[in-house]
Amino acid sequence: MNNNPTSKHPISNETQAQQIGWSREQMAQRCAQDIEDGNYVNLGIGIPEKVAQYVPAGREVIYHTENGLLGMGTEPSSEELDPDLINAGKKPVTAIPGAAYFHHGDSFSMIRGKHIDVCVLGAMQVSAQGDLANWSTGAPDAIPAVGGAMDLVAGVKTIYIITQHTTKTGAAKILPSCSFPLTGKGVVNRIYTDLCVIDVTDAGLTLIELAPNVNFDYVQARTDVSLINAIK
Amino acid sequence: MIDKRGTSCAAAVADIKDGDTVMIGGFGEAGSPIELIHALIDHGAKNLTVVNNNTGSGRVGLAALIENGQVAKMICSYPRTANSLVFPELYRSGKIELELVPQGTLAERIRAGGAGIPAFFTPTSVGTPLADGKEARTFDGEDYVMERAIKADFALIKAKQADRYGNLTFNKTARNFAPIMAMAATTTIVQANAMVELGDIDPENVVTPGIFVNRIIEVSQPQQESTLVKAGVVYP
Repeated sequence: MNNNPTSKHPISNETQAQQIGWSREQMAQRCAQDIEDGNYVNLGIGIPEKVAQYVPAGREVIYHTENGLLGMGTEPSSEELDPDLINAGKKPVTAIPGAAYFHHGDSFSMIRGKHIDVCVLGAMQVSAQGDLANWSTGAPDAIPAVGGAMDLVAGVKTIYIITQHTTKTGAAKILPSCSFPLTGKGVVNRIYTDLCVIDVTDAGLTLIELAPNVNFDYVQARTDVSLINAIK
Repeated sequence: MIDKRGTSCAAAVADIKDGDTVMIGGFGEAGSPIELIHALIDHGAKNLTVVNNNTGSGRVGLAALIENGQVAKMICSYPRTANSLVFPELYRSGKIELELVPQGTLAERIRAGGAGIPAFFTPTSVGTPLADGKEARTFDGEDYVMERAIKADFALIKAKQADRYGNLTFNKTARNFAPIMAMAATTTIVQANAMVELGDIDPENVVTPGIFVNRIIEVSQPQQESTLVKAGVVYP
């Protein structure tokens, strides 16, 4: 038995126990299946960044970073590293052949003007109507910081959320309405959690896919909104 | 003859007055005009309103300007980053005002300021606390909030190349807010890595036309904010 709690390989560590749900990598991998050939895509900081690694071969995708680059590439080698070439998370990146630089006014025209096809973001809370809260807990001593999240959800055509299904303490993150300040109202299209994939539809939150060893009741018990089961 | 070249950062910022609004280019350290900011610290103008996406890092550049007590108010989208030490403390103790603006709204308010547009309607922030108190309207069935333009007395920006007319190019994502800030300020001061002759920048490749630029200082070996922060440098 492996007693290392920091191991990044939970599957091999728990061969005796069944793995329940998807890992962070698997959530990113599942989301990546829905990125289409030819899409212009903006990825948020954290798990959403990992989606780029898993887009199926054969699909050409252009990544936008709101600080002024279309055609963001992978992490630079130490020789390629340029502090003037960073992503929205302020990490060093590279530019692919065919990339373009532009100023912030143009960058957010791409966003607000509905030219970006897909944006993948993290969430603190998502409501039954697709409201998103992901920038502030509203705590009085917190320093508010919003960045480009409100612009992205208001402007990008399709908003995908990747999030753990519940908080670290087990509280539901998918709720009848968000208690935290909103990032946007009715903006989320699809939610990828460690347990399932949920579509936000006019009829309500619709479960369309389950992670391994998870069933509908297990998800419903961890969701504060009645889900529609679209799995046959 | 038109010649916008100056001799020193100190002389270029000497007429910034107490109470002025100063736009400072940069997204994190990319594009931060650190030599011009340090000249403004030496100059000492106080009670400034500063427009920047962030609030600087460590104790150099913009963070040092704030730490030096020269900034009364920050207009920005993301006031904390990994190495932001100065702003959080001043903000919590009520010593600095913050106007939090979504990043794209900040960019558009700056661009509008430079384009003669006093206000505009945007879908960004509809239904959120950042839309509170703002005029709302519905166009074609969609909800929008009204945002006002921002203008500045001065803009401090960093460019890659400049000619004496003030035509500019930038380096990669260091461009960010600089071109729109140059438009929105009464006086735009540029630190450029290299001065070039008229015509050396192909007119097709001019990013900021010289009409938006007033003063240029060549800083051929600019300091890098992250290097200074790593070395624990404190300015002044």
